[in-house]
Amino acid sequence: MARIVVTGISGRLGRLLAQRLHLDHDVLGLDRRPMVRKPKDIEVFQADIRRKKCERVFRGGKVDVLVHLNIMHDFRRPQHELHSWNVIGTQRLLEYAARYNVGKVVFLSTANVYGARPDNPQFLTEDSPLMGGERFSEMASLVAADMLLATFFWKRPDIETVVLRPAHIVGSVRNGPSLYLSMPVIPTIMGFDPVMQMVHEDDVVEALALAATEPVRGVFNVAGGGTLPLSVLCRELGRRHLPLPYPLMKILMKRAWDVGVTDMPAPELDFLRYPCLVDDRRARKELGYHPKRSLSETLELVRAGDPYAERLARYLERR
Amino acid sequence: MTDTDTTAGPGRSKDLDLWLDEAGGWFRDWGDTEWEERIVRAAAHNLNEFGYDSFGMSPTFIRKLIPLMRFLYRVYFRVQAHGMHLIPQGRVMFVGNHGGQLPIDGMMVAAAVALEADPPRILRSMVERWVPTLPFVSSFMARCGQVLGDPANSRHLLEQEEAILVFPEGVRGISKTWQHRYRLQEFSSGFMRLALEMKTPIVPVAVLGMEDAIPALHNSKALARLLGMPSFPITPTFPWLLPLGLLPYPVKVQIAFGEPMRFRGDPNEEDDVIDRKVDKVKVAIQGMLDDRLARRGKLLGRW
Repeated sequence: MARIVVTGISGRLGRLLAQRLHLDHDVLGLDRRPMVRKPKDIEVFQADIRRKKCERVFRGGKVDVLVHLNIMHDFRRPQHELHSWNVIGTQRLLEYAARYNVGKVVFLSTANVYGARPDNPQFLTEDSPLMGGERFSEMASLVAADMLLATFFWKRPDIETVVLRPAHIVGSVRNGPSLYLSMPVIPTIMGFDPVMQMVHEDDVVEALALAATEPVRGVFNVAGGGTLPLSVLCRELGRRHLPLPYPLMKILMKRAWDVGVTDMPAPELDFLRYPCLVDDRRARKELGYHPKRSLSETLELVRAGDPYAERLARYLERR
Repeated sequence: MTDTDTTAGPGRSKDLDLWLDEAGGWFRDWGDTEWEERIVRAAAHNLNEFGYDSFGMSPTFIRKLIPLMRFLYRVYFRVQAHGMHLIPQGRVMFVGNHGGQLPIDGMMVAAAVALEADPPRILRSMVERWVPTLPFVSSFMARCGQVLGDPANSRHLLEQEEAILVFPEGVRGISKTWQHRYRLQEFSSGFMRLALEMKTPIVPVAVLGMEDAIPALHNSKALARLLGMPSFPITPTFPWLLPLGLLPYPVKVQIAFGEPMRFRGDPNEEDDVIDRKVDKVKVAIQGMLDDRLARRGKLLGRW
């Protein structure tokens, strides 16, 4: 029974991971937000990961595994906050891990750190350069956090460091791809129909649990059950897609961003033009990861678990 | 070299007769749905549950293209393919000469392998890095199985026992002007390292005729840079007739497939060792080209 600290436990993935692990392991949470519907045996330490007082979590008893999920993906936050949260926060946690001899560090990065580029090979391996910040400065803090982990991997060979880079996560999580796919009419870019990869949150949680419990180390891409062109994806979801010329789309996105209608900055449109797919053969071989959700099942779940509808339902329930 | 050329004979001089005879192939296989089925079946391995492969190729899309391909192949260019029986099964790399400004040569080689090889095969050509940035072209290419020319992509396809098509001359070859026609430009050596690594036979391919279909008199580097294109050809009709001027002239095309070449060795060898192997392929292709050129009649091989 290992002692596992999960940062960002109050988020969707954090809660799912805690539920997956807490019966077999001693799970501790670290999050700024309170954890709703918390299982009794999970203790949550409510604090900002940038604060010194988080050290208390590690001082309290030998921590075997640190799972760091608490990364800020909300690009609407001010740049400096994104940066300090993702870079300083991660740095601090790694310092504690080093000081208190944590046996293992698991970090959830994203496949987006590779960036969507026209000359990407169809499937990017873990060794591909992280070009995500090339045209998309908001991504820079995510790339920096990922690289911090790579440095840590070499600096502390005695600590098993695992970085997971999953493709677009969908399901009940409220993130860019999920919201994008739940739009009633999905805007796409005219003349471009990139092949997409999606991974269901259940499979990401499974990969995280494997990374936390199996004796593995290194960087692993995590892809889902398959690949599909964007237009077919929309069709299979039973939604219409509206192709707009790129220059028009860019202007609209900038306006929408300024007004505050969208959480997606205009450079992220590259993900609707160019491929950013990952090769997850290493995860399948070394981590023993096998996506349980096939592509059609994932699509079915996306269709059913409309995040807007769900949020509305929860809101009504609370009243 | 084996020769299956039977249409050339001293008795035939009337161009129309000849044309009708050659184009007749189109009428013969018009509506040959059985062959169409075989092509679609050749495309239909490694598909997901929605009928797409991981590179975005769709056999349904390919089926729709077959009539157009047949028209271009049989009627427009009246392609004569030689050495079809030499094409091996399993993973294979076709290496050809590139020319004619637009990659129609790749299209016709792919058409030959789909329409005339038995069993038909779907050729995945490795396209220029510029292509994925082009709207419509990029998605069209992906649907019919064309893939960005990156070594990782080629490796992935060869692992799946696919047939790939490589033009090691790249832009140097396709953009050369008419005065340099059928003279091979410098080969990049990446294909050879890949063939050694993946233990893949190389089939040399010579394409004759394409470079007369869009003869570039000049290549404007300044305009190319201005428009962000790899090259900007000036032909008798382009850019004067706008995009229509790039329509290839209906010249007669010959495609020759050579004996598969199998190389052995370390893919990470020094450049000069690899280059010697590359030269063997280059010599084979140039030899087939010269051979066909010498036998081709005057007037661009009879229109």
